[in-house]
Amino acid sequence: MNETIGMFFIVIGLVFDFFGCLGLIRLPDVYNRLQAATKCVTMGTCGILFGLFLFKGFSAAGIKAILCILFLILTAPVSAHALARGAHKSGVKLWKKSVCDKYEEDKK
Amino acid sequence: MKKSQIILFVLAFLIWSFLSWPPDYQHLIVGIFVCGFVSFMTGDMFTKRPYRLKQPGRYLWFFYYVPVFIWECIKANIDVAYRVLHPDLPINPGIVKVKTTLKSESALTFLANSITLTPGTMSVDIDEENGFLYVHWIDVKSKDIQRATEIIVKNFEDILRRIFE
Repeated sequence: MNETIGMFFIVIGLVFDFFGCLGLIRLPDVYNRLQAATKCVTMGTCGILFGLFLFKGFSAAGIKAILCILFLILTAPVSAHALARGAHKSGVKLWKKSVCDKYEEDKK
Repeated sequence: MKKSQIILFVLAFLIWSFLSWPPDYQHLIVGIFVCGFVSFMTGDMFTKRPYRLKQPGRYLWFFYYVPVFIWECIKANIDVAYRVLHPDLPINPGIVKVKTTLKSESALTFLANSITLTPGTMSVDIDEENGFLYVHWIDVKSKDIQRATEIIVKNFEDILRRIFE
């Protein structure tokens, strides 16, 4: 039973990881790409790790999978934030159809 | 020993024993020395107001925050999947400015992380003195500060204020 549910979580995780990578290719500029990459890849990888935990139970690998989920949720948004801020500071422009850029206005 | 150092020691030792699962006395002894050293060196920086860890209401609000956060996370994923798979690529991006009334560092960190993992928004920079967040929004619904704040920040701000402030 646990293995069936674990397999379900792993498949869901893989699908969302795939969507994240697709977003990385299809979306136009660095900020939109970061959005797709952070959200989908964080959730997808968490799904895979949770599936692994259901497979292994409270063994060495299972506990480490749960710890990895915690670290991933804490650190993935921070790295996305750092990348976006760095890109904006070094002058990467937004997509040409973007609506507004309050950050650029306030920097002047 | 200060309180902050003891709290850091307990937390670090818990994480160490989970990492070296199953428990074994050699690992635990090494862990005591390593965690003691780390919390002795960096314990002062860990928490500035340790008495807040004793208030049980904060933990209850934290347990309320976790399912809300997971639900928003799932919605965010479906949202991104819809935008990526749609042939016309329905995006309308821009960087908007929102206001927050949270002050403490841990609350702001959690707010920025929550914004990044919720549908369509990603925090780019923070202006701590005036309480402004710059948020990249994949589908801008309003450029006005008030409206954007209501849509993006309000959900989490109330919960996080009760946990961290």
